[in-house]
Amino acid sequence: MEFYVNHPIIFVIVGLLVAVVLGQSVYFLVKALKRSKELGMDQTKIRKTMKTAAIFTIAPAVAIVISVITLSKKLGLPLPWLRLSVVGSMSYETVAANNALSAMGQALGSGGDLTAQQYLNVLLVMTISIMMGIWLVPVIGKKLQSGLSSLGKRDAKWADIFSNGLFIGMISAFLGFVFCDVCRLWDPAARIVKTTDAESGEELIKTVSATSGLIPVCVLLVSAVVMVICGLLMRKPKLKWLSEYALPISLVLGMAAAIPITAWLG
Amino acid sequence: MKKNLSYMDSVHRDGRIWNIAVMILLLAFPCTIAILFSVSPDWGAFGVGLLATAPMYWAVGAIETVTFVPMLGAGGSYLSFVTGNISNLKLPCALNALEQNGVSANSEEGEVISTIAIATSSIVTTLIIIVGVICIVPLTPILAAPELQPAFEQILPALFGGLGVAFVSKNWKLSLAPIGLMLVLFIFVPALNAGTVGIMVPVSALFTIGIGRILYKRGVL
Repeated sequence: MEFYVNHPIIFVIVGLLVAVVLGQSVYFLVKALKRSKELGMDQTKIRKTMKTAAIFTIAPAVAIVISVITLSKKLGLPLPWLRLSVVGSMSYETVAANNALSAMGQALGSGGDLTAQQYLNVLLVMTISIMMGIWLVPVIGKKLQSGLSSLGKRDAKWADIFSNGLFIGMISAFLGFVFCDVCRLWDPAARIVKTTDAESGEELIKTVSATSGLIPVCVLLVSAVVMVICGLLMRKPKLKWLSEYALPISLVLGMAAAIPITAWLG
Repeated sequence: MKKNLSYMDSVHRDGRIWNIAVMILLLAFPCTIAILFSVSPDWGAFGVGLLATAPMYWAVGAIETVTFVPMLGAGGSYLSFVTGNISNLKLPCALNALEQNGVSANSEEGEVISTIAIATSSIVTTLIIIVGVICIVPLTPILAAPELQPAFEQILPALFGGLGVAFVSKNWKLSLAPIGLMLVLFIFVPALNAGTVGIMVPVSALFTIGIGRILYKRGVL
């Protein structure tokens, strides 16, 4: 068979793999829903949880589609479709593809179509380099979980503080990350940024404005203010339904605000 | 109590089977390509490419597993480490669901809720990508419009603003010290950026748990 990156047979294989991954999600959803009924949990709340999760997922999922489109220019459509339906991200796939190709004296940006061998090498490096969590969770997941639940039996209050500590720690790290480019205000060296072009994989060096580091900070503030407003409105009984939409609303309004903010500070 | 255990046990059993099966299938994909197109990899270049990529992502993957499994719950972990997008999608989704339902992450109700939220999110993501792949021709000019790019570049700040308010307002005593520490570190240490935030998550989590222990012992929490 003659190879090309969008060969129908590759679409078929990827379609089957994506169907299996989808099957796993459906399986766990059904299993958890059954258990929720056995535990006598309020099913209207469960439906609301699903609705919120679905609405909240739309914007980040559209961003993933954009990554698929970007990567598809060189790698064909089926490979990015699979890679971004499973563990990975645009930056990871770009790095992995580029490392695989540069070892063969090629680059993502170099002209011409990928040969079957180049494609195979990219596919192998992409698949194997991120294959950690997928087998490590089966190996240590149960131990980690049972450690936590025995903690919960010994001291329930401390176990709650412990898991809140994990969540707050994660959120704090990402809040800090939002501020990581603020130093561009006073440090001219920080304004010179190296980026990897997702289409060509080439390293680009460009100079950004001193205020560009404030863009994520302003977006964060918009999103936070929207959440506070939602929180205040939710206290009115008539507006209680807002609780389902508060996070998706603050996410989408924050993203929308990024457009004028970037034009202003970028 | 016995039934309680058996549900968790069955989640682990099924999760192990699914994850190992998906892993084998993912590895079978390159093998199938090799057979169908009668091509073998350039092994030397594969070794070089793998060595340049895998060690860092394996290390990050190991750290993420230990950090995220206690937050995602059992069912949520098996799913999330197959479908990815954990810190930008699955975990916020699970946290929001726990918060919305007022259940503790350590309870079985919490386990069920986070699994439902993560599974729903995974299904919706997969379906939206499928729609994107089918409609790539009409969608490309809309989604790739330069006017829209800033919005998609700022997903994380837009996400953590809202999520931060929801969580910090309920745990403000526990939050002050870690937020302060992370702000100082990220603003003044140049090496901390988008590439290293994953490594700072466990650091920050351990620090917060330490602070939590002190505050708990002193009866502040």
